Amino acid sequence: MIELRDVSKIYKIGEERVRALDHANLHVYPHEFVSVIGPSGSGKSTLMNIIGCLDTADDGQYLLEGTPIEDYTENELAQIRSRKIGFVFQSFNLIPKLSAEENVELPLIYQKVRKNERMKRVHEALERVGLENRAKHQPTELSGGQQQRVAIARALVTRPSLILADEPTGNLDSHTSREILGILRELHNQGNTIVLITHDNDIARQAKRIVHILDGKLTEVTG
Amino acid sequence: MMALKMALRSIGANKMRAGLTMLGIIIGVLALVVLVSLVNSTTDSITSEVSSLGSSLLTVLVKDDHGSPLKLDNLQSWIDENPAIAAISPYASSNSTGKYGQENAGFSLTGVTGDYLEINGQKLVQGRYINLADVRNSSRVCVLDETSAKDLIGFVDCIGEEVSFDGVKYKVIGVIEAEDSIASFFSSSLNAYIPYSSLVRLSTSTGTAITTLYAGPADGYTVAQAEESLKELLLDRFDDDEDAFRISSVNIIEEAMNKVSSALTVLLGSIAAISLIVGGIGIMNIMLVTVTERTREIGIRKAIGASHRTILVQFLIEAVMLCMMGCALGIFFSWAILQIVSIITIDTSLSFHLQGNVVLWSVIFCFVIGLVFGLYPANKAAKMKPIDALHYGG
Ligand SMILES: Nc1ncnc2c1ncn2[C@@H]1O[C@H](COP(=O)(O)OP(=O)(O)OP(=O)(O)O)[C@@H](O)[C@H]1O
Ligand SMILES: [Mg+2]
Repeated sequence: MIELRDVSKIYKIGEERVRALDHANLHVYPHEFVSVIGPSGSGKSTLMNIIGCLDTADDGQYLLEGTPIEDYTENELAQIRSRKIGFVFQSFNLIPKLSAEENVELPLIYQKVRKNERMKRVHEALERVGLENRAKHQPTELSGGQQQRVAIARALVTRPSLILADEPTGNLDSHTSREILGILRELHNQGNTIVLITHDNDIARQAKRIVHILDGKLTEVTG
Repeated sequence: MMALKMALRSIGANKMRAGLTMLGIIIGVLALVVLVSLVNSTTDSITSEVSSLGSSLLTVLVKDDHGSPLKLDNLQSWIDENPAIAAISPYASSNSTGKYGQENAGFSLTGVTGDYLEINGQKLVQGRYINLADVRNSSRVCVLDETSAKDLIGFVDCIGEEVSFDGVKYKVIGVIEAEDSIASFFSSSLNAYIPYSSLVRLSTSTGTAITTLYAGPADGYTVAQAEESLKELLLDRFDDDEDAFRISSVNIIEEAMNKVSSALTVLLGSIAAISLIVGGIGIMNIMLVTVTERTREIGIRKAIGASHRTILVQFLIEAVMLCMMGCALGIFFSWAILQIVSIITIDTSLSFHLQGNVVLWSVIFCFVIGLVFGLYPANKAAKMKPIDALHYGG
């Protein structure tokens, strides 16, 4: 499903070069639940951005479902983000002016799904995260946990093959975190591939497979 | 549809700013529509006044008579045989010096027949007009207009006085109302009308062959019908040669007015267009601010699957919509202003109304301005790298 071969990402700040990813190798198979754990600044977000096609590697090869990403045009990358990947961010990243419902609907609009079908799927997704009664609320009228659940609903409404979660519980208390993780686990049980990024050991342990990242280097932890 | 709603929302989210931005467009449209409508309405009413004098007038110029020149007798038979034509008069004019006692004045002598009075919409104030007998006998009689009578003779009530043109004595038989036409304003000579046949005798430049004539339609017939009928006669006469003559139903003054009006329209239109362009620059400016402010939103949209095109279209629609809303408001205010002006000028003959084609043009122009000035900001938004946009401002 995901294959990283010697992927490097280098940020240049003036004269200084930061290797955010250093010859990273990673293989994620379909229906896996992988968590990536590492301290702050270790390159976790960089990894996720590359996996999610938001950014491109400076070196190495990234194959998504067998096709190298470099071969895609900007437009095709947008298509991939639209159809194959669902993002869950630490800072939720909901669009403030739109209601919960409309935020969830947006990816389907970009996929040009018909109105009726759209409404059906939006409500299914909101139901799955237990927020059907908050559909008309604006993000500012929702708690952090509820906002993150809306974000999860938005990620899964397109039925992507891959859900990428970058510290989805980073801004939430432990109780809400457990709820969010519960939803992710449930999605995994229903057959989704999930990559969960975190710096918290307890959270990482939710996954069957854990990958360590430190200074841009990946190491497999077999649990 | 969805994109329209989204654009409307984000404009609505900042009404004050949208309003101020639109102001440029509103003022531009206002200037365009009001100025052009005022010019057009004014010239329309002036031309309609001018043409009420002579727009039911047909002018025929004979360029090539094919060896059978038109004579006075021919014209009379044309009237008798054609119900659509009520009046025909030959027309020739010649400059001459008029003399009354010790007074001298430059005259424009016009040779016509009795029908000319009606065709040209002149009004008799004294005596009678030239009649059939005058023409047949080449009588030495003349009709003056009021101004000429006052200038040369000194009083209007001058029937029976004798005026000499180029040394030949003419008896004044009638006085007509002075023409307030623009043409008469520019000419310094006085006007006198004499039988066509008399002018033929007096002036070497006028012959018995008629080269210019005026005709008017009969009651119940349109100018076009009369023109058609006249054309048939002329074709018949000149061996079906369309190039032998020219018929026009447009009056010279009207034509001149139209020229002035279109020149003014272009002038004012371009001034207004410039203010619209300035308005467009305002739109571009605000769109650039909007794009920067919403960088993060753009990042989110791109992350969840919006393509380059989708973002481009979204911001373009927003820019065009701002323009079109400004345009709509501008047209509404223009309508209101013209309405007010109409009420103020209600007892003059001027009437002001929104000109359909100006409205159409301003709509098209605003649309284009929205597109052109929206393109750069929209493209800037669409070009953003999703990762940079997402991280913008934290
Ligand atoms: N846009 C950037 N420009 C320059 N350097 C960057 C940029 N983004 C990340 N870096 C650097 O790359 C390294 C990895 O950053 P990254 O955001 O991937 O870390 P992270 O593991 O996600 O950290 P955190 O847990 O705090 O989110 C850091 O040293 C960071 O300073
Ligand atoms: Mg991070």
